[in-house]
Amino acid sequence: MTQTAAEPAVVAPPSPRSTRPRKPFRYRKAIAIFIVPFAALFAAFYLTPILYAVFQSLQKVEREGTFGAPTQVFGGLSQYALVFQNTEFWSSIGRVLLFGIVQVPVMLLLALLFALLLDSPLLRGKRFFRLAFFAPYAVPGVIAAIMWGYLYSPSLSPFSAVTSRAGLLDGGTVLWAVANVVTWVFVGYNMLIIYSSLLAIPTEIYEAARLDGASQWRIAVAIKIPLVVPAIVLTAVFSVIGTLQLLTEPLVFRQFTSTISSTFTPNMLVYSTSSVPNFNLAAAFSVVLAVATFILSIGFLRLTQRKADQ
Amino acid sequence: MSRTAAMVIMGAFTLYFLVPIFWLLVSSTKTLDNFNSSAALWFSPTSAQDFVGNVGRLFTYNDGIFPRWMLNSIVYATVAGALGTILSAMCGYALAKYRFWGREALFNIFLGGVLVPATALALPLFLIFSKVELTDTFWAVFLPSIVSPFGVYLSRIYAASSVPDEIVEAARIDGSSELRTFFTVAIRLMSPALVTVFLFQFVAIWNNFFLPLVMLRSQELFPVTLGLYTWNSNVSQYPELRTLVLVGALVSIVPLLVAFLSLQRFWRSGLGSGGLK
Repeated sequence: MTQTAAEPAVVAPPSPRSTRPRKPFRYRKAIAIFIVPFAALFAAFYLTPILYAVFQSLQKVEREGTFGAPTQVFGGLSQYALVFQNTEFWSSIGRVLLFGIVQVPVMLLLALLFALLLDSPLLRGKRFFRLAFFAPYAVPGVIAAIMWGYLYSPSLSPFSAVTSRAGLLDGGTVLWAVANVVTWVFVGYNMLIIYSSLLAIPTEIYEAARLDGASQWRIAVAIKIPLVVPAIVLTAVFSVIGTLQLLTEPLVFRQFTSTISSTFTPNMLVYSTSSVPNFNLAAAFSVVLAVATFILSIGFLRLTQRKADQ
Repeated sequence: MSRTAAMVIMGAFTLYFLVPIFWLLVSSTKTLDNFNSSAALWFSPTSAQDFVGNVGRLFTYNDGIFPRWMLNSIVYATVAGALGTILSAMCGYALAKYRFWGREALFNIFLGGVLVPATALALPLFLIFSKVELTDTFWAVFLPSIVSPFGVYLSRIYAASSVPDEIVEAARIDGSSELRTFFTVAIRLMSPALVTVFLFQFVAIWNNFFLPLVMLRSQELFPVTLGLYTWNSNVSQYPELRTLVLVGALVSIVPLLVAFLSLQRFWRSGLGSGGLK
């Protein structure tokens, strides 16, 4: 693309009557001007870091004797061997998988329920509910976690009569305390994506169903839900990616409780490994995590698309 | 499902979504002394003056570091967000409206970028920026924030559906250059989607925490999220920070609420386009 940008446009200004391109690359200069700025930044801040992480993960640090100067040498897949032998890595993966299996369906089912209610004739004050449910999305993850950290706290919470006994930040429940924060922030956002896609369905379809005597419930299950599957898939993919990236909320909760270790989630493990510093191992963790995210989200898309095709 | 059941469900969840924000509002009207002694979910007689006092201390504490953080967040989010939106729009438009060799491959590479976790990029970016001595600078957070593959994805979908080929062709016949057609005609037709793209990017940058956490050491470069995080980690040593964290948290969500409420008309129509395919 950059090469074509440097060349002058080969095509003379179009004659007034010609409407069909004479050459396939007629607008190459314009295309280059449109695409190159984004593509260059994408290459610099997406592709380069990915390649650099892969490169770093294939290196290892060697020292001459115990106190010798460290040098980086090619280490092959040795870092990856360390990744898969690392028990903290596996327990952090297990934790986010458990989190995702419970939190993502709960959040999306709630979002779907709210979207269907907003779209049904049962509800008054739709505008208010829409805004009220979406408002938490305007709260940054750090701030949401700080707020809920106080609300959960046995002593500082306005509900301390409950929280002092419930132990919400204890080892067994703290994962679900985090899940609640994530759900609180993102339900309204996912609700709106599904709701917008419900609004796009032509209402004549419902008219026909209503004439046939279908109830609201039946219309929702038989017509609306199947038609908004693409929107649900989209929200699910983003939720899965978000789950694997989980970092901010548990990191903030470390300020409220000691039950969260520095390797609680895969991303926290990457962060704590890099502050050791052990960049090569941290890079290997990052690469494995990115590949896992990629495979999971592509796999999920494939799986749902195949179902939709049947 | 009956009308009553629907209202009860929605009412209960309204409490769930709004009580924490209301609690934050009430808490920011409390001094450190009456934070624990007074009712947590209602205002005290001195609330108004205490709130003013809290905000005053928030803005002057540590030589006014908090307004500095707010300003940083606003600059990172609006400038990088606006720049990113324009670049995404241009790229998405070209991918939708021109046929050229490698178009689909390019689009798929960008689309792959949507699936790459931003946190996986932060660490290698730090190592690269440290080679060119750009860590702990404004650019370390600003530059990576401009790129939004999701923006390209949305722009392409929206350009394909909202900019008719006939209009582009008509502009050509009138002698308009491709760039001029884009900046005067296409960008207007795409504007609802572009507001959505901008808002998403604004929120993503405003909420970004890991990149600044990894990149920045100097407090005066912090966005407000990272600033409040560091304050909150010092609460046990400096208890007066607790009030400031809560007031600061409230103040920091105001710009986003304002942006969402004022741009509602636009993003609501644009939001659905991501789900259509």
